Amino acid sequence: MSDCPECTPRNLSRRTFLKNGALAMVGAALSPGFLARAVEAAPDARGRVLVVIFQRGAVDGLSMVVPHAAPEYYKLRKGIAIPREQVLDLDGYFGLHPSLAPFKPLFDRRTLAIVQASGSPDNTRSHFDAQDYMEAAAPGNKSVHDGWLNRYMGTAPNKNAFRAVSITANLPRSLSGMQPALAIPSVRSFGVRGGKSAERGFEAMYSQSASDVLHGTGKESFKAVETLRKRLSGPYQPANGANYPRGNFGQQMQQVAQLIKADLGLEIAAAEVGGWDTHANQRGPLAQRLEEFAQSVAALHQDLGDRMQDVLIITMSEFGRKLEENGSGGTDHGHGNCNFVIGGRVRGGRIYGQWPGLAPGQLFEGRDLAVTTDFRDVFGEAVVRFLQCRSASNVFPGYALLPNRFRGYLA
Amino acid sequence: MARLLLALLFLSVAQPVLAADSEALVIHVLNRTGYGPRPGEVARVQAMGVARYVDAQLYPERIPDGDIPKRLASLRSLALPPAQLVLTYPPNDLQKRIDKLRAEGKTEEAARLENAMAPESQRGKPREVLTELGSAKLVRAVHSNRQLEEVMVDFWFNHFNVNWSKGAERWLVTAYEREVIRPHAFGKFRDLLLASAQSPAMLFYLDNWLSSSATAPARRDRKPGLNENYARELLELHTLGVDGGYTQNDVVEVARCLTGWTLSRPRDGGGFVFRPRMHDSGQKVVLGKVIRAGGGKEDGIAVIDMLARHPKTARFIATKLCLRFVADDPPKTLVDRVAAVFLRTDGDLRQTVRAVLTSPEFLSAKYAGAKIKTPLELVASSIRAVGGETKGGTTLLAALNRMGMPLYLCQPPTGYADRADAWVSSGALLERLSFAVALMEGRMVGTTVEAERILPRPDLDRAIEIILGARCSAETRATLSKEMPVSSKKLVGLILGSPEFQRR
Repeated sequence: MSDCPECTPRNLSRRTFLKNGALAMVGAALSPGFLARAVEAAPDARGRVLVVIFQRGAVDGLSMVVPHAAPEYYKLRKGIAIPREQVLDLDGYFGLHPSLAPFKPLFDRRTLAIVQASGSPDNTRSHFDAQDYMEAAAPGNKSVHDGWLNRYMGTAPNKNAFRAVSITANLPRSLSGMQPALAIPSVRSFGVRGGKSAERGFEAMYSQSASDVLHGTGKESFKAVETLRKRLSGPYQPANGANYPRGNFGQQMQQVAQLIKADLGLEIAAAEVGGWDTHANQRGPLAQRLEEFAQSVAALHQDLGDRMQDVLIITMSEFGRKLEENGSGGTDHGHGNCNFVIGGRVRGGRIYGQWPGLAPGQLFEGRDLAVTTDFRDVFGEAVVRFLQCRSASNVFPGYALLPNRFRGYLA
Repeated sequence: MARLLLALLFLSVAQPVLAADSEALVIHVLNRTGYGPRPGEVARVQAMGVARYVDAQLYPERIPDGDIPKRLASLRSLALPPAQLVLTYPPNDLQKRIDKLRAEGKTEEAARLENAMAPESQRGKPREVLTELGSAKLVRAVHSNRQLEEVMVDFWFNHFNVNWSKGAERWLVTAYEREVIRPHAFGKFRDLLLASAQSPAMLFYLDNWLSSSATAPARRDRKPGLNENYARELLELHTLGVDGGYTQNDVVEVARCLTGWTLSRPRDGGGFVFRPRMHDSGQKVVLGKVIRAGGGKEDGIAVIDMLARHPKTARFIATKLCLRFVADDPPKTLVDRVAAVFLRTDGDLRQTVRAVLTSPEFLSAKYAGAKIKTPLELVASSIRAVGGETKGGTTLLAALNRMGMPLYLCQPPTGYADRADAWVSSGALLERLSFAVALMEGRMVGTTVEAERILPRPDLDRAIEIILGARCSAETRATLSKEMPVSSKKLVGLILGSPEFQRR
């Protein structure tokens, strides 16, 4: 996040950007689709928005949604289990980590649901591979390079430059591919800071390197950029008393809200939060991370108010952590995990998925929570039922997306 | 037959090779083996000959390091051992700890700590250690004559990445780069691997210092047991690679071998120790090889030896080196040859790097400019290109942060990616352009550039010649000429932000 005084936004960048897609500069490295994007920002476009949140580092799902009625959980996690009396019970069997308290009212009001024991059919416990597989939505297949969200966009391309935005400096894998997507680490300072002549110069240089594709970008685009700038100018005041934590993730959530409220036709927003690779002494640090995580997501929910009717938030992490705690008060890499899904259209207040159990014979490879819901069915349900995609099979290569496998968190 | 095959091999990769000692070749070599040319350097290397230049760079210890010690002299944390770093840049709670000790009647221990702590006037905040580390990296990248050494130190640090912000790591990383990475950058891979395995920074970062046999005596309230974190990354990231053919069972077995490889008093800057009581003394089977019971500390050595010399490791390291020096998608034949050199020389890193830098593929015109600079490469090469001076500092480090590359703060053990797709997206690119402008406007505190010194008059042809040389495309030249007339510093800023300058 930038907070230097000279970071006042100027419109060059956006212009340059929109005009030719900043990727133009890299020639061979860029996706033609990025360039092809013209800049018909759709002012006052109010559509549905999918917000995906990646918890990088493999969050301990068994600490987020605690199976407090499972004796094995307490038996194998003597040092780090969340004590039963602290768990925020949801249904008599599962309960939330006390730091996830901001999620409890959402669950009670039925706008939050949980998909339990979800994950990948691939057994890798490598962060790197598992994140790639999940973002490509192609577990075990290293030849798929583009992301599932990008492929979704490809099923119904449109020319809105602000259709997909990641609140990061660099694009995540899930949004990489042929379709245009923006990485905007900070909406406040998104732009090139410099004098007018530098602005013109960069703009010209980068439009040169892709002059063919950029043919036809017209005055409307500039108008749209102006619109954007105006809509995002000035200090931001969250609505409904929402209070975003000051850390990086809280600020990401606030910027998602800003972009949604700017009515620019945003359809996909991506955010990410790390610090989950808790191999040692996880109790305190995990509680802290979860608190920031839940407060930030809940603030977004609060801030958007009625708008949540058209917003779906999905959280994900590359895999879960081992059931048995390790020798250092932490947990090693495991397998199954859980997702939170939040939104006005979610059939909330329920825990979806088949619980495989934690008895020795029920564990994956004898050690980890088994996966009973393929993560592609969680994503797929959002793509089909929330984004109303009619050719979702293109989004999940090599996987037959069958509605009867959807868990039904959306009507 | 073999000769025929060899001939075919060369035919398939060789053409077109950059003309010997041409300007284009020299720029390419300076961009890849270092942080780009400084004004006048291309001519100097041309006069010397590329082959001799590369050979000299492979022996950094023979190159005078010029004024680097003087430039780094004010960064006082760089030379301190961890134990002293803790006392000079103490954690906020150190005073509290002392007070508590005193309250508990442990006056002797309290006095020892209090006396050991640096006098208040000399004390700093831990964050300053990070700033000095980052500043030193920038100073060396920009000013060192030993350019390849700086590239390799960065490469191996990134390969064996540790994250400064994880707990006690803030007092360990300085020594890690100084004593583990730098001295081994042109040595044997096995020695580098072992040094990292026994380094406080790695033992702490990937938790091996906590890993013990399940039957070891309990420590404090904690039950003993394995921690697989380091064992997994040792296999996946440091040696065999994720497709290296090991299984989850191998991860557990390697972790068992490494139990007892721990630290004495990590938070006070203690070093590596082997604790037999934490060690799992039973038999292990790693990658199908039996490691007999009772080996003690040698179990870990056996694992390191096995992995350091494994053909999959050779391949993995060769691939990463080719990725760094040649292309995002390096030719397989080159990777094969480099891996063979790695194996034949018992992991001699100087010979392995030499194999890359003297290959026809490296010298091929096809790959000139094929790599996108990382933010670090962009920043250092920009300052070098304009003959600037830097002391590093927080402004420059913050710019790197905004481009997505905060130095010494890469959180996952994977390190930073070395591929274009990881660095080329909207937000990060706009930051690069902003950086070019800010640099030339003198807004990077701690860095001075004087456009007028390299470019007394805003002469476009001359500016292109100095900064881009043969790399400048006709389109960029035409566009720039339409911007004229502008001041020297604006012109240089535009060129530093050009598409061509983002490549190396």
